[in-house]
Amino acid sequence: MEINTFLQNFADLLDDTDATLIKQETVFRDLEEWDSLTALSLIAMADEEYSVKLTGDDIKSSNSLNDIFEIIKNKG
Amino acid sequence: MKANIKAISYYLPESVLTNDLINQEFPEWGIEKISAKTGINARHISAKDEFSSDMAVKAAEKLFAEHNIDKSEIDFLLFCTQSPDYFLPTTACIIQEKLGLETTIGALDFNLGCSGFVYGLSLAKGLIAGEMAKNVLLITSETYSKFIHPKDKSNKTIFGDAAAATLISSEKGFCTLGNFVFGTDGKGAENLIVKQGGMRFPVSDKNEDIVDEFGNVRNDKNLFMNGTEIFNFTGEFVPQLTEAILEKSNLAKEDIDLFVFHQANKYMLNHLRKKIKIPEEKFFIAMEECGNTVSSTIPIALYEAQKQGKVNNCKNVILAGFGVGYSWAACNLIVE
Repeated sequence: MEINTFLQNFADLLDDTDATLIKQETVFRDLEEWDSLTALSLIAMADEEYSVKLTGDDIKSSNSLNDIFEIIKNKG
Repeated sequence: MKANIKAISYYLPESVLTNDLINQEFPEWGIEKISAKTGINARHISAKDEFSSDMAVKAAEKLFAEHNIDKSEIDFLLFCTQSPDYFLPTTACIIQEKLGLETTIGALDFNLGCSGFVYGLSLAKGLIAGEMAKNVLLITSETYSKFIHPKDKSNKTIFGDAAAATLISSEKGFCTLGNFVFGTDGKGAENLIVKQGGMRFPVSDKNEDIVDEFGNVRNDKNLFMNGTEIFNFTGEFVPQLTEAILEKSNLAKEDIDLFVFHQANKYMLNHLRKKIKIPEEKFFIAMEECGNTVSSTIPIALYEAQKQGKVNNCKNVILAGFGVGYSWAACNLIVE
């Protein structure tokens, strides 16, 4: 699993956010577009792309997109 | 003896919570975008003095009028709600009186949410097969809006109030009830809950509002839904549930002409559909004008599918309900 593909997959979930803002160190919670439905989209993406079950607690305990990436990688 | 669904009608309260109204209250929420994903444009909200029995009566009266049904032939009433008028008496008894049903009928309430309609069908089938009833009136009615905190934008966006009335009969209907499969896992109880109001935690007047990570406000007397957990629960169990009902009915996925799942929200339904690999044209979605109406979503969708002529050409239909409890169930319908 590759970080750039993951970041691209995450950027694809968003409609109004400039893809250049989506980096490894991005604090996803601070993105204006981040809401409960985006959280569900992230869970769906982890399931569809990586066959990984990401939990609400996984998201809560993460800060950066890299944290999420690491969790998915470890669960995969 | 076979049990058949003879007719369905439903009732939506008059007051409508539109996207515009939500937008006025929560301009930062971006309701148009949210609504494009959830597939919900409007939700009907019960009046202050309108309760689940009132809505149940309206749905049943509509059923009698719309399908020319003689109410004296009903010999059993099953009422599904999680927002009953009282602790006691049983709301079904109140409905019997308000509807003017015979006093010789059996009547009971059962408490289930999104799985309730399918469970109700299974109980109706049991009553008919056991020759304890010939015409069972199944009513689902829910006023979740009364549980939701006025500042809980997520739940306000998703849930609407509604009641649906279905007549299940030993006489021929538009479809026959086939097999049923069930599931229960109380481990999920805390993920979809109204904590206060029962005996364990009476409603407190000292509740403090809690703001969650997404800015939704609620306290312990309100409806709480852990969206991410519910999403994962359905992703895990609904594919298995679908497999189980196909296996029990000795049918292949390709044999099914129409799938009608609990209409939770379009986003989740499409995720499930892709996961289970159901073609889009065989997967019915109808929640745009009423939102997630809990136990009434399946009968409402089935009614709309029939109205659009999507049921008549079918041979096999699968229904699946899943949610609060956790509780889930599925059945197959054989269209006559």
